[in-house]
Amino acid sequence: MKYVDEFRDPDKAQVLSREIRELVKRIGRTRQNPLQIMEVCGGHTHSIFRYGITQFLPEEVEFVHGPGCPVCVLPMGRVDDCVALAELPHVIFTTFGDAMRVPGSKKSLLKAKAEGADVRMVYSPLDALKLARANPHREVVFFGLGFETTMPSTAMTVLQAKAENVTNFSLFCNHITIIPTLRAILDSPDLNIDGFLGPGHVSMVIGSRPYEFIARDFNKPITIAGFEPLDVLQSVWMVLAQIAEGRAEVENQYGRVVPRDGNRLALDAVHEVFEVREFFEWRGLGSIDYSGVRMREDYAAFDAERKFSVPNLKVADPKSCQCGDVLKGLIKPRQCKVFGTACSPETPLGALMVSTEGACAAYYNYGRIDTTGLKRPTAVAPEKTA
Amino acid sequence: MTIPKDPQGIRRRSGKLRDTHINLAHGSGGKAMRDLIEDVFVGAFDNPMLAAMEDQAVFSLADLARYGNRLAFTTDTFVVDPLFFPGGDIGTLAVAGTVNDLAMSGATPLFLSCGMVLEEGLSADVLRRVVASMKRTAELAGVSIVTGDTKVVERGAADKLFINTAGVGVVPEGINISARNARVGDVVIINGYLGDHGTAILIARNQLGVECDVASDCQPLGSLVAAMIAACPDIHCLRDATRGGVATVLNEFAESSDITIRIHESALPIREEVKGACEILGLDPLYLANEGKLVAIVPGDRADQVLSAMRAHPAGRDAAIIGEVTEAPAGVVVLHTLFGGQRIVDMLVGEQLPRIC
Repeated sequence: MKYVDEFRDPDKAQVLSREIRELVKRIGRTRQNPLQIMEVCGGHTHSIFRYGITQFLPEEVEFVHGPGCPVCVLPMGRVDDCVALAELPHVIFTTFGDAMRVPGSKKSLLKAKAEGADVRMVYSPLDALKLARANPHREVVFFGLGFETTMPSTAMTVLQAKAENVTNFSLFCNHITIIPTLRAILDSPDLNIDGFLGPGHVSMVIGSRPYEFIARDFNKPITIAGFEPLDVLQSVWMVLAQIAEGRAEVENQYGRVVPRDGNRLALDAVHEVFEVREFFEWRGLGSIDYSGVRMREDYAAFDAERKFSVPNLKVADPKSCQCGDVLKGLIKPRQCKVFGTACSPETPLGALMVSTEGACAAYYNYGRIDTTGLKRPTAVAPEKTA
Repeated sequence: MTIPKDPQGIRRRSGKLRDTHINLAHGSGGKAMRDLIEDVFVGAFDNPMLAAMEDQAVFSLADLARYGNRLAFTTDTFVVDPLFFPGGDIGTLAVAGTVNDLAMSGATPLFLSCGMVLEEGLSADVLRRVVASMKRTAELAGVSIVTGDTKVVERGAADKLFINTAGVGVVPEGINISARNARVGDVVIINGYLGDHGTAILIARNQLGVECDVASDCQPLGSLVAAMIAACPDIHCLRDATRGGVATVLNEFAESSDITIRIHESALPIREEVKGACEILGLDPLYLANEGKLVAIVPGDRADQVLSAMRAHPAGRDAAIIGEVTEAPAGVVVLHTLFGGQRIVDMLVGEQLPRIC
């Protein structure tokens, strides 16, 4: 398949693996003091595990799994708000699939659905608008979440609703922005990240310029990465090359998708409909300034928060939940006290275990067995399988 | 009182379903129901046991014993939506599904029951089409549908049509297939392309804005299994990879037999269209349902013979060896990726959900 098979070539993987080992030798870090690369985006966490990328890296390089999974950072209080909306008798509550399983303080959307709330999974906000047109006597609420990746399609849907004068459609907006999040991580005294893999699809919308402050103000290298395994490996190589050469720049490995200035049409739609919120709550990370968006006054008629009343309570995470520490990259999922025991995909305590992009879910599903015990691919020739 | 003569046989005229839609009378046990059964079911399934219209089907044990020394018995209920999809319908599934569950023990599938729950308002034409599919599939599989039941429920109490089939078959002496039998050195074989049925259903539900030319692989596997057993009577494990896909079956084997199964991504037969649909939706074909695929674990030294026998059979043309049984850690399925890495293939929790971003 074009754009897929070429980026899964095992021979190229071996070459990159060798080159990475060379770079690491030059940089001269040790297993006790490894190089830490943060992959910001949950999609990268998923790729790393699905393709076993860590098996191609020396032990002196470690991934720190960042908070770029919008489902994972959803605070329990916001889930409770979703459930409250869904339980209103005239509401059809529409959401992406993953969000349905995130636990609130009493229940998830999936549980609310089983108890009779009209919760429906959609694949795109336009499906929600279609539902609104087809059900003029019901109120359709769309649960908009995601970083800048999904903001444009939500914005376009609101614009379409306004143009068509649809009065029974509204958006419960939980979109968040990546740059304040990155700044909060870089400002954090606990962390010592050596370099970043930048989120590929967010960057498709915002371009590569917004990351310049990372190189300029914090002197850290960042490479915007695609999601195929060779994309990830090549991006790691590029970050390590920057470190070895004493550079700190914004590089774009995902050039086939990410334009330097982003997508003008998408950004215009987003700016038309949304404005930044002063504070927004993130699960496990507390409040991050200017990290969330809400709908502008002109679009108040489509804002579920203005149309309906929601509890809007701040709910503390369960005491045993260490999602915050995992999200900040302070501990690995396996180091969480309840990983695999009280918290598992069947009974998730926190969102990191629920979402397919969550670090804990990725560890659990793909790497629960210590994969270092499995035979590593040799540097000379890969294991031929058929 | 004198009982009036009835030379024209008006009172006992053979049943004909003349209504265009099913109504509650068709389930109430009276003449309307008898007309429905005689016309739609007995007429189609056409065998003396069913035509006798007793409350049960009765078989001679001596006749059954000609096929082997143990009875295999299974049941399955079918609620698929939509009722019709490329490659089959709920009727094809209802027969093939139960036939295959029997065949996975090495049994010769023989007789099926058919219980139907019809929603008031179901089109009689739809029902006839479904029954015609059941008849065709039963003939293909060499089984008879010998007893049944029909209920009609009010509009809204069932989604159009639910079918339960139970089946009996007979296992030949000396055949002992079980999920607990996998041993180190065994080889894992499947009989063809993965994920066709799951993909066809997803597309047929028409909610994804994706078009794809994939048909369900729904088919009975009894005679394929017979050919496999002829090539190797000592088949260790057999299971059909329905809901949860091949990944789930492999996990069941790994857990029951307490071994590690390693499979190779490069060896998995998957159609380009299925790969494409899965890439775009963020689904894993290993977990998609199949309705005409089995996973077999056979002794390593008989693998080639079994594979040849499968490829010589219409239901096994694209059969392939996809992996092997190794040792510790136990109860685990490991995938060797195309990329050269390895990862665990675990049991699904809940349904696979398409990606968000």
